[in-house]
Amino acid sequence: MRSETVNASDIRHPAPVVIDIENITKDYVMGEEIVHALRGVSLRICSNEYIAIMGPSGSGKSTLMNMLGCLDTPTSGRYDFNGRDVSAMNDDELAAIRNREIGFVFQTFNLLPRADSLRNVELPLIYAGIDSETRRQRAARVLQEVGLGDRLHHKPNELSGGQRQRVAIARALVNDPSIILADEPTGNLDSKTGEEIMALFEDLYERRHTIILVTHEADIARHARRTVRLRDGLIESDENGSGGVAVVPTQDRFEADATAR
Amino acid sequence: MKRLLYELSESWKIALAQMRSNKTRSTLTGLGVIIGIVAVTLMGTAIAGIQIGFDKSMAVFGDDVLYVEQWPWKPVDDWWNYRDRKKIKTEYAEPINRMIAATPNSNLVEAVPTSSLIRNIKYADSEVSNVLVRGTVADYIITSTFDFKQGRFFNELESRGGADVCVIGYDVADALFPSESPIDKSVLINGQPFKVIGVISRQGTFLGLFSLDAIVVMPLPAFQKYFSAKSDSDILVKIKDKTKLAEALDELTGIMRRVRGLPPEKKDDFSINEQQALKSTLDPIKNSIAMAGLFVTGLSLFVGAIGIMNITFVSVKERTREIGTRKALGARRRTILLQFLIESTSLCLLGGIVGLGLAYLMCLGIGRAFPSFPIDFSIGLVLISMAVSIATGLFSGLAPAWTASRLDPVAALRYE
Repeated sequence: MRSETVNASDIRHPAPVVIDIENITKDYVMGEEIVHALRGVSLRICSNEYIAIMGPSGSGKSTLMNMLGCLDTPTSGRYDFNGRDVSAMNDDELAAIRNREIGFVFQTFNLLPRADSLRNVELPLIYAGIDSETRRQRAARVLQEVGLGDRLHHKPNELSGGQRQRVAIARALVNDPSIILADEPTGNLDSKTGEEIMALFEDLYERRHTIILVTHEADIARHARRTVRLRDGLIESDENGSGGVAVVPTQDRFEADATAR
Repeated sequence: MKRLLYELSESWKIALAQMRSNKTRSTLTGLGVIIGIVAVTLMGTAIAGIQIGFDKSMAVFGDDVLYVEQWPWKPVDDWWNYRDRKKIKTEYAEPINRMIAATPNSNLVEAVPTSSLIRNIKYADSEVSNVLVRGTVADYIITSTFDFKQGRFFNELESRGGADVCVIGYDVADALFPSESPIDKSVLINGQPFKVIGVISRQGTFLGLFSLDAIVVMPLPAFQKYFSAKSDSDILVKIKDKTKLAEALDELTGIMRRVRGLPPEKKDDFSINEQQALKSTLDPIKNSIAMAGLFVTGLSLFVGAIGIMNITFVSVKERTREIGTRKALGARRRTILLQFLIESTSLCLLGGIVGLGLAYLMCLGIGRAFPSFPIDFSIGLVLISMAVSIATGLFSGLAPAWTASRLDPVAALRYE
């Protein structure tokens, strides 16, 4: 059975477009040389999509992730996030977008080592200006949701790798973002724990979160409902199962589907 | 606004956690600030103490008394122009007073002659050397600022009659009469007995240089009878309204020129001194000593500040990924800037508090060991020290915090 059919039943049409990227490029100056990390990428991601972005190193995968995560701005092109043009925003405006709209999950967890789970999860709420009582309640609730209700006061070094990544996921969820952007979320975990984390993402997807998974592992990408492959700064393929629009050479489409499944 | 408050309290917590987790490092860098604050605070207490001593010394001259003397109260380059001036004579008092009386609305009250030299004073087997012996009139009391510990000043009758009576300073009384009252005892000056009728209460020292209590005051005729040779005379003139100092100076200058019979083309051959002018002569000296002291001790605080700056840079470097994470989670530039500023400032403030405590204990110790050492530990000084600590923290944290706040989140997240 083709996955598109399954996805189509999951999505309520028309799903609102969260990310709308049109023909963005990103150039870096490295010494004397200009590196064209992205050469014109267009991508549309709708609410409640579960999309994997794949590609070998040097494909522009990380650059695209930084763009999607509003950590960086494109050299040219347009990027609308929830209808707002973020390509020309300044650092502080981008920080506000990241704070409210994007939940980051990193390969290395990136938890504050001296803060317990609760304080780690509270952090985005502090930057959102939410009072401490509400912060505490919301942080405790999301920790409960990711199955760490009994680990509120553990510090990262008192938790297993999988538990740490759960804290990080709770932190990503706490401000109720529009997208969850996970960068190799299982890269530092053994395969069993990795599968548990992927099950958690599956669960989040069922609960109508929008998930963008950046990975080079096909096993991990398989969990997503849609897969975008990058090569040399261009989208090589986009297995499109949820109404997202992508500029993809037609001859690659079938091949890409076959690889992803 | 609320958001800023949460960020501040968060930053404060992080700062404390940082200090706790890097105890050795924090203590060592804090030590630089502690030493700096101790040095600056002690210097501050000394300067305040000197200031108080200075004001006290100046007060001895009275702010409403003019001193007619041969030499001015300031350093002169052309000393030869002053050396050959005619001496001031006690007899000038009489014509000056006549002219004051004849001037309508005179701003001067009265001229009082004094004549002084240095002698030794004996009583029984004790002797005090280098005592200022001064002859003057009963009205001397209106130009002076002292009180009596015991007895009284000599009266008009004793003054005119040149009675062999005297008033002695605190040091003289203390040295000659350690266990008895000096009143009505006779002290020997140059072998001549003088009956003690009063003891002046303690005046302290002049700028810490010499005691103002090694003094004996007697009626002028008696002084002139026994010690007139080699004595130095001045005229003290009390003024009516000290806010009109300049007018009083002009008036007295005119009177003195008439007394000396100076033709208009000649320069004054006397000096009229007063406390304000002396103060303004000495103030720059005192201030430059204070500035030099503060500068030298400030250097040690500066070294401490550089230590803090260095460690904050290290902290920024070590926590680059943390900064990246915070930025990814929505920390703005301001947030990161504040966080590191608060870290450096709280370290400095803590060092400042410890330093201030140490300085206070040292002040107590010094005050106990050397009671005469001028020290003044005030609330103002505490506040200034705290302000200096905070300023040091802000100064030393600014560059690292600025660097941290400008970090590119992508690069910071990727930093190993």
